Amino acid sequence: MVRTGQRLLHSLLLLAGVSLFSFALLSVAPGNFFDELRLNPQISPKTVASLEQQYGVNRSLPVRYAHWLGSIANGSLGYSLLYRCDVGSLVLPRARNTLLLTTVATLLAWAFALVWGILEALHRGKWLDRLGGVCTSLLLAIPDLLLGLMLLVLAVRAGSVFAFRAYLGSGGTAASEASAGLGSRLFLPVLALTLGILPVLVRHVRSAMIVALDAPFVDAARAHGISASRVICRHALPAALNSLLSLLGFSIGGLLSMSLITEVILGWPGLGPLVLEAMFARDTYVVMAAVMLSAAFLIAGNLLADILTYWNDPRIRVVSA
Amino acid sequence: MNRSARRRIHRALWLVPLVTLHLVLLFPGFFAPYDFAEQNRDFPFRPPARLRFVDANGAFHLRPFVYALKVDDVSSVVQEDTSRVFPLRFFINGSRYSVLGPWNARLHLFGVESPGRLWLFGTDDFGRDLFSRILFGGRISVFAGILGAAIALLAGASLGVIAGFYGRGADAAFMRLVELFLALPWLYLLLAVRAVLPLRVRTVDAFLLLVAVTGLIGWARPARLVRGIVLSARERGFVLAARSMCASDWYILRRHILPQTYATLLTTAVLLVPQFILAEVTLSFLGLGVSEPIPSWGNLLAQLQSYRVLTSYWWMYLPAAILVMLFLLYHRASSALEKRATRVSL
Repeated sequence: MVRTGQRLLHSLLLLAGVSLFSFALLSVAPGNFFDELRLNPQISPKTVASLEQQYGVNRSLPVRYAHWLGSIANGSLGYSLLYRCDVGSLVLPRARNTLLLTTVATLLAWAFALVWGILEALHRGKWLDRLGGVCTSLLLAIPDLLLGLMLLVLAVRAGSVFAFRAYLGSGGTAASEASAGLGSRLFLPVLALTLGILPVLVRHVRSAMIVALDAPFVDAARAHGISASRVICRHALPAALNSLLSLLGFSIGGLLSMSLITEVILGWPGLGPLVLEAMFARDTYVVMAAVMLSAAFLIAGNLLADILTYWNDPRIRVVSA
Repeated sequence: MNRSARRRIHRALWLVPLVTLHLVLLFPGFFAPYDFAEQNRDFPFRPPARLRFVDANGAFHLRPFVYALKVDDVSSVVQEDTSRVFPLRFFINGSRYSVLGPWNARLHLFGVESPGRLWLFGTDDFGRDLFSRILFGGRISVFAGILGAAIALLAGASLGVIAGFYGRGADAAFMRLVELFLALPWLYLLLAVRAVLPLRVRTVDAFLLLVAVTGLIGWARPARLVRGIVLSARERGFVLAARSMCASDWYILRRHILPQTYATLLTTAVLLVPQFILAEVTLSFLGLGVSEPIPSWGNLLAQLQSYRVLTSYWWMYLPAAILVMLFLLYHRASSALEKRATRVSL
């Protein structure tokens, strides 16, 4: 319990560090939201200056950071100049969509990877293993960006209407349409993400299972006449799970990055299209909120993986007690 | 030749396509028949050229040839002009290009005489030769990846060595910094770092900018790896022995500790390069990296964002095919290095 508390505190401190770091980074960026207005000859420099004054763009860094921290407390997360509303109400539904997408993809990918990896480990060196090896290395070499494009083409060729609609709406400006056809639109992005993370997972499951299956306790279990399926599920898998759980935490970073680009290509109304639009418009607080949320997801994932490892492996519990 | 030597050569065979591809991308001007910016507005989206052996009269040519194209003034339909053949020639003089900076040359590996056109991979929307654009774009993408990886490794290795070797306060501060950089998903970190730099940059600067950005985001993982190795190497017997004989820190680092990190650094480099190439491709794809008319693999792929291109012109996928091929070779290299590492340690 103490350990979990310590980890939690550490995560919070890390999150605070990330916020300071990315806030500083985004504040150093040259130019601000009103640069476009300045190019417009019909708007006087005085108007721009007063707008800047009104929104506090030119205040000093610590002051703005303090304001931003205050805005976290009331949940508004700052004000979006581009969308003219609180960042919180803008970003949170998007973050929920991203979370939905990545969670479904993670569950699917792990389910597939466990079955596939265990099968490969059991048929080590035989044709099934070789075929799997070729498939994973091919999938590994195809970047997520191409995976999204390929799925899009296949879907369009197959004449599926929802993919086409998703493609046309790839700007992703209207957040209201998000909930309408979410279920049917989930299919393509989930497929892209699942295929994207699958090869890494399969490889790790395979190698972890091979190590576990070669361990003396598996031989002992077999010698006791325990059935093959029970040996795999009760004896080998929990031993292999340890390294796999740390992979779970590790893979979330890659998954979130992959999800950003997949969302942009396949028009999923998640954080990806939003953060990109905000970046082009120099809408700092939206970018900031998205970056912070992604960091929060990643850190939470690592924390979860840590806790799961602790729960799974009695050896760690004994050592730390 | 004995058997083990033959096996070793067989194991290193994957190096041949990898090195060849890099050489081709290092000198795109020579291997590409045309300049990357040369437009032919009359012939947008031409499919890849057909190299023929049999001409319209049924005569067989040993040397493959192409027909020139002509546009019908009335119907504006593009047709092949079968009155004259343009045989494929090697070491032909063509458009001027620069070789590694100040030197200029006109010699191309292959091409056809002027009114004829050899568009090996077809053309894009401005009638520019896609094959040439892929080669020139590859130079930017791949070498941005390699240089970025070099910077990340250099920064990561030096920081890792300092933290691991001198320890204590420096080490603690270092570990916090690494955690900070690893707490963000890499694409978000990439975008955040990219946001610091001006949105629209001159194409000349874009390359340096990409190198800097990718180097800046990538140093954390190799640094942590190197630190781990240095930490364990510092306590080894031979280091203590050297220290007992009054060896200086610099000597111990150079002779005893750094050589232990080389294998890891090489493996990491092979893993980092494709990742950094992908970073360039992603940024340019999203419109934040290299922009027209300079080609890069990212902005070549960005053309696929147009629905018409995506569904109608299959040859516009060819940059993707080359990219996947290069990545396969890099993955092959990294797994070969891993196998070698386990063989050596056994």
